[in-house]
Amino acid sequence: MIRLIKRPTPSRGWIVATPVLAVIVTMIAGGIMFALLGKDPFEAIRIIFLDPLFDDRFAAYSRPQLLVKAGPLILIAIGLSLGFRAGIWNIGAEGQYIIGAICGAGFGLAFYPSENVLIFPGMVMAGALGGWAWAMIPGILKTRFRTNEILVSLLLVYVAEAILASAATNWLRNPDGAGFPGSRNLSRHAGTANPELLANTGMHWGVVAAFIAVIAAYVLLNKHVLGYQIKLAGQAPRAARFAGVNPTRLVLLCLGVSGALAGMAGLFEVSGPAGQISIDFNVGYGFTAIIVAFLGRLHPVGILLAGLLMALTYIGGELAQLMMGIPASAIQAFQGMLLFFLLALDVLSNYQIKFGREAVT
Amino acid sequence: MTALLSIDGLTKAYPGVVANASVSFAVQPGEVHALLGENGAGKSTLVKMIYGLVKPDAGAMSLNGAAYAPAEPRAARAAGVAMVFQHFSLFAALNVAENIALGMENPPKPRDLAQRIRDVSETYGLPLDPGRMVGDLSAGERQRVEIIRCLLQDPRLLIMDEPTSVLTPQEVEILFHTLRKLAAEGTAILYISHKLEEIRSLCDEATILRLGKVVATCTPREVTAAHMAELMVGKSLAAPRRAATEPGAVLLDVRGLTLLPASPFGTPLRDVHLTVRAGEVLGIGGVAGNGQDELLAALSGEVPAPGAVWLEGADVGRIGPDARRALGLLCAPEERLGHAAAPDMSLTENAVLTARRRKGLDRGGFVDWRGARVFAQEVIAAFDVRTPGPDVAARALSGGNLQKFVIGREILQDPRVLVVNQPTWGVDASAAADIRQALLNLAQKGAAVVVISQDLDELLEISDRFCALNEGRLSEPRPARGLSMEQVGLMLGGAHDMHDVLPAEEGAQ
Repeated sequence: MIRLIKRPTPSRGWIVATPVLAVIVTMIAGGIMFALLGKDPFEAIRIIFLDPLFDDRFAAYSRPQLLVKAGPLILIAIGLSLGFRAGIWNIGAEGQYIIGAICGAGFGLAFYPSENVLIFPGMVMAGALGGWAWAMIPGILKTRFRTNEILVSLLLVYVAEAILASAATNWLRNPDGAGFPGSRNLSRHAGTANPELLANTGMHWGVVAAFIAVIAAYVLLNKHVLGYQIKLAGQAPRAARFAGVNPTRLVLLCLGVSGALAGMAGLFEVSGPAGQISIDFNVGYGFTAIIVAFLGRLHPVGILLAGLLMALTYIGGELAQLMMGIPASAIQAFQGMLLFFLLALDVLSNYQIKFGREAVT
Repeated sequence: MTALLSIDGLTKAYPGVVANASVSFAVQPGEVHALLGENGAGKSTLVKMIYGLVKPDAGAMSLNGAAYAPAEPRAARAAGVAMVFQHFSLFAALNVAENIALGMENPPKPRDLAQRIRDVSETYGLPLDPGRMVGDLSAGERQRVEIIRCLLQDPRLLIMDEPTSVLTPQEVEILFHTLRKLAAEGTAILYISHKLEEIRSLCDEATILRLGKVVATCTPREVTAAHMAELMVGKSLAAPRRAATEPGAVLLDVRGLTLLPASPFGTPLRDVHLTVRAGEVLGIGGVAGNGQDELLAALSGEVPAPGAVWLEGADVGRIGPDARRALGLLCAPEERLGHAAAPDMSLTENAVLTARRRKGLDRGGFVDWRGARVFAQEVIAAFDVRTPGPDVAARALSGGNLQKFVIGREILQDPRVLVVNQPTWGVDASAAADIRQALLNLAQKGAAVVVISQDLDELLEISDRFCALNEGRLSEPRPARGLSMEQVGLMLGGAHDMHDVLPAEEGAQ
């Protein structure tokens, strides 16, 4: 019989060790799955985890992709983690990401064809504002009318998608685009482009913003009174009220910050890797970021690593499909295993495991 | 006469602590046997073993001469052992008879059950209407539901865990009358308590536990309460002392505080008036659930009370907890984990919870963690909090130690007015004495102290004036000195609908 005994305080050693252990266990379980599919498990694992970074044939393309994919994930997840820590559940980052992209792109296109250097910073501001405003809708509805922010923010994703379709086919459509849907290409125009800052690294302004967000979130949570109040509100809401935390302010703040960061991520994407507003501009970063936030234990450094790991499995997974013909669903199952083992092994940091029969019931 | 229940060398260890070490005693039929000890002495573990909730590591029990080792509470009940828990397990939205039927193996038809409930309640002087909703009952009445639930099983041994903590003095008398009658009929009662006067008036024998071991047995009527206290604590306790002081200016003034409860099961406050002067301790007595939590929330600022709360002549009813703290109005709520302290945060982090403003633990919005740690260490040292250090999570502390930390955190901030709710609930006797002394010292230094408590002995011991909170109404304060328990009981609203059923001989006493 296995028994779980709650630790008086979470084990610091296990908090660090469980993610590593989870990756190893995922490799074993995934390897077994690949073997059952008739594929060489060692090769599959190598292709997923190592080849994107170290194989000469692929690394030139894959290595920059790592930051390109991890950047928005980290930026959005950092914002979400603040709310999640306070018990405020913004599930609609995807919508805020879309609205941020539309607002930022709209701002840039309004000045087309000017190449003024102030346009790009203005676009970043507009993107952040757009995401913030979209997140304020569930925020104000929650604080005024006690609606559930999970439902409202999630449903607003679909509203945002409809607005995106309308923008791409109608009011942001490229006037010189021969009637095809989609806006002008922002990344090929000097005034609005979010360029690769260092050649062949994938580093663009969005990645810089993500790193800054990681550091800022770390300082906020560990040193600032606001971060303390966020943690307090999430762990013990009554104690937070007793300490004088204003719940309304906290809800608006957490939703606002996560919305603004998601909006910025959308702007960086539309002006860089994606290049233009198109009907299928959003690819689910806003939802995947929720997984990244939890994978990283809602800790800024954890989110940084989780974002990179998540990006790696996406890139490596695509590569494995391409090179070995592993079905896409097997790759998804593999990613699911990673999430499962990470969360399941989390038990080790809060509980001691004892084997053997127990005298007490 | 053979013993009804005899216990021989029961031992139970949990990781890191021996709850019971070779405990032996015997209970005779018809005897009221007290199990006396501080919190953590092992009383609860012991009765849980008797009731089949916990299996002993070693030792044996016998009931009526036959070996007795219940695997689960059902087996214990089948053998004739019943237990009334300190915390009730009743559904507020069901009526009395439905609640009782839920706990039975084969409940009879509702009509028969209702009749049996009426019979038993009349026989033992515990009036109870089987058709009433449990949600509408007072704590004393809810306890009667639990007792009648046990009596319907015709138990030979009835275990009662701290039964009087939720009762008014009059209700306690009624309960004792019932228990004496049960004992006279041959039912043995195992009575767990740390209230010495109760034990002296009710119990025939007492077994005293300390740190899991039987340290003494005595006949309570033949020894003094002070002697039993020494046996229980292992040292003699000093009664709280203070020099007489003249009350100063009015510091806290509550004028016509009326408040609707936040939740449907809360209690509204109705036109509460109170004033507390510098150097004075005001005691507010009352059974839990009569508005204590609501009163504390209105004073702390968690619930706004415009125009009703005045601190040193200024209206503070609109401002929040942090701003009130800055002005010198500090509070310590009853619920330690989750309200006064965050369970998963360290003591250092919990020190910041209330002391940030008054202790200057932040600079420009950034928390001064070093200063917070120093302050947490000060509290730990000044109030003898037993913990490895300030980095330990609050939930790792025992209730009494955390309470000392919470009270100490407020007192060391040098408040003008301190309001505490149940300051010594669940705290062992020596720690409780320390807390009371600290509150008195604070008053002596010129602060105004409001103590809300269910422990009437405590209130009469440390208060200058006493008032009672009953169904959200606060009585006129009276000088605590010379107040008798009976007067206090009447202020608390007496016994709930019990006046006409008190037997004549009891009423005449």
